Amino acid sequence: MLIHAEIWTLKDLFVLPNENIYWALQIVLYPFMTGLVAGAFVLSSLYHVFGIKKLKDIARFALVFSFSLLFVAPIPLLMHLLHPERALNVFMTPHFTSAIASFGVIFFTYASLVAVELWLLYRKRFVTESLRYREMKHKRLFQALTGLIYTILTLGAYDISEEALHRDEKSSKVAAGIGIPVALFLHGYVGFIFGSVKANALWMTPLMPVIFIASAVVSGIALCILVYVLTTMARGALERRKAARNASHVAAHKLKADPVVVKMTASYLLAFLILAVSLELLDLLFRSYTAQKSWDALRSVIFKHDFMSEFVLQYGLGELLPLLLLVIPGITIRRATIASLFVVFGVLMMRYNVVIGGQAFSLTFSGFMEYKMPIIPTSIETYKEGLFGGLTVFAVPFLFFTIVNKFLPAYSDAIEPQAD
Amino acid sequence: MKNAVWRPILVVLAVVACILVARVFIVPKDFGVGPRGYRFSWHRVGNEADWKKVMVKYQGSDYCAGCHQDKYDSIKASPHLNIQCENCHGPAVQSGPDGKPIGMHPDQIAKLPIDRSRELCLRCHNAGMAYPSSGRENMLTIDPNEHNPGVECVSCHNPHSPSL
Amino acid sequence: MTRKEFLQKVAGGAAALALPLSAFTFIDSEKLFAQVKADASPVRWGFLVDTTKCTGCGFCVKACKLENEVPYSTSASRTWVERYVETKDGKRYADSPMADRDGFQSTAIDLGEGKKQDIAIADVEKGFFVPKLCNQCEDPACVQACPVGATYQTPDGIALVDRTWCIACGYCVMACPYGARFFHPIYNTAEKCTFCYHRISQGLKPACVDACAFGARQICNLKDPNDPVTKIIATQRVAVLKPEFGTKPQVFYLGLDEEVH
Repeated sequence: MLIHAEIWTLKDLFVLPNENIYWALQIVLYPFMTGLVAGAFVLSSLYHVFGIKKLKDIARFALVFSFSLLFVAPIPLLMHLLHPERALNVFMTPHFTSAIASFGVIFFTYASLVAVELWLLYRKRFVTESLRYREMKHKRLFQALTGLIYTILTLGAYDISEEALHRDEKSSKVAAGIGIPVALFLHGYVGFIFGSVKANALWMTPLMPVIFIASAVVSGIALCILVYVLTTMARGALERRKAARNASHVAAHKLKADPVVVKMTASYLLAFLILAVSLELLDLLFRSYTAQKSWDALRSVIFKHDFMSEFVLQYGLGELLPLLLLVIPGITIRRATIASLFVVFGVLMMRYNVVIGGQAFSLTFSGFMEYKMPIIPTSIETYKEGLFGGLTVFAVPFLFFTIVNKFLPAYSDAIEPQAD
Repeated sequence: MKNAVWRPILVVLAVVACILVARVFIVPKDFGVGPRGYRFSWHRVGNEADWKKVMVKYQGSDYCAGCHQDKYDSIKASPHLNIQCENCHGPAVQSGPDGKPIGMHPDQIAKLPIDRSRELCLRCHNAGMAYPSSGRENMLTIDPNEHNPGVECVSCHNPHSPSL
Repeated sequence: MTRKEFLQKVAGGAAALALPLSAFTFIDSEKLFAQVKADASPVRWGFLVDTTKCTGCGFCVKACKLENEVPYSTSASRTWVERYVETKDGKRYADSPMADRDGFQSTAIDLGEGKKQDIAIADVEKGFFVPKLCNQCEDPACVQACPVGATYQTPDGIALVDRTWCIACGYCVMACPYGARFFHPIYNTAEKCTFCYHRISQGLKPACVDACAFGARQICNLKDPNDPVTKIIATQRVAVLKPEFGTKPQVFYLGLDEEVH
């Protein structure tokens, strides 16, 4: 009878009988997802808090996307737990001496803040749409439901006078401002979850929360650039086809992403990327310099067993290459997009190397383990923590985004211009 | 309320209130802090009693002596005196492959297993593992590849009185 | 006041009354900051392992599995025995095949994934066996790490897992520096050695202690100065595993070699 996680753990040399790679793909994906959430929010704050006007459009997009990602974030956790039906125990009897327990408070606080900020930004649209659907005669069921949703979303606040909207905007700035430290907590606590495990020689470092936050911001900004550029291109293509059919003209700005916006966002990406890489190298430098008891085993994992995933994929493709692409002067949208793609990949590999790498060596320091990710699912267990479980997690945010985008359009040209 | 922002804030507070109310119904009444404080004893107190109620499987050699006095006396007069009957014969309460108990000897289970394999004796008497500074220095050991390979040890050695 | 204002006030008042006040006593500050009570329990369980007596026979592991309903066919175990071999040319090996459930049947060291390294007794400079189990730490890192309060420390020092509450996140398994924890394959909750809590609470010894024919395992009450095993711990030179983590393990070892981590 196999123990949980035994099926995908390969053991080499002296490994304790109870040791297996218990934290597998889903635990790699959870920090990745919350990192994207936090990073996207920080990007949106650059406009909503710091007022960098050029970033208004991408900031709106980032905020809506962050909200869609937020509801996907618990999914890897539910897939990982062997008793997901008891997941609410974290809200019922939280043990705050454990970093994981703060998930309930932090996640809920962050979700509330983003929801409030989004509500304030979109309230005018909720009101106008609600009234529009109410005016409609001979509604189909689908339209009646949509109208009902908009009515509920208004929460009864129908005053859309100039001063009411102005008050909304001021409140949303406050929410966004409070949101920055909360977003940092959202990912900082994940870093703390790993960094505070004194039993694990790779995870245990006070730098872990900081590294996680920095790489989270990096991944969030990069993903926003990537999705913004790609979806703008897709929408532009749809517009062109529509225009060709109607023999009409398409406004130039609808065809592709704004290069000024992308370049400015890319410069922020570069800054945070330099920070993230510096912190990771600092951690590695300290470990090799102080060479503690665990160093022989760690060195074996980092430089031998995980050389490909650590240096080629993460540091090489995921950090050095995009760094070069972003630093070389005369950046174009294409270069920024390619760099963003590699950055997102690099952050995913960083999560993988931390989570799996930390379990790649035994507590005996004389043995090693390898994670053989299940590809074809042969059971619920190998589905949940295997390739298809991961693909499910990757697919769901886009599904959520499609639904959220209907009520809270992420693209600026789909909503009425608001008071600035 | 003049400022519309209070409305979503109220929604949030209502959700928090719902969670707090749900706690009253879902959390077991005896869940709380124990003598070791919140850090080390935040738990459902009733669980301690649950663990104390687990069925005892191994009864000890004195239990076996109740019916098998002869074997008991024999082994106690031999070098195997410190080995419990249940070490080789399994516990008086036997379990299935899933580990769950299926009955007690002699009430529900007529016979306990008698393991005649060489592997049982070789747990201790294998000379290959009689390393210097291990606990086996003072034991009689054999090389299983040389000493009657394939033959059950019990064909010659009575485990309750193993000296020949 | 207007009808609207009146209705608002009534609605608010009704909502407030509907919420039981007890719902808000989320944290009772007195209980929260409860200090360790010195006289909380007259018993504090401790354990003594004498590695000079252990022969690696594995009867303790077999007894533990059968006593505690851990399926015999699984590789994980609440307790296990490790074998350490140092050859004359200075190479060191260690293994614990199936947690030493069947005794060490082969001179070949298990190197994982079917690979083995045969070592003839004549080449051995030093070889010994080390039984390990949960250290029932005084400041258990695993208990601190549980996000839902499913694992906890009893007044007499044993860390237990509430199988009805554990969500199986695995944080306690990660937090234990000693590898004592795993997931029970049937209950799918965290599992660990409990010093046979159901036995010691009735005056019996843990199954592994009874099963050991060589006296390598002993349990004691560290708070009882007349307990013979407590006296050994108090008067002889004993060691613990990984003291640097500050968990204050309560399983003491005689004859612990520097190779053992």
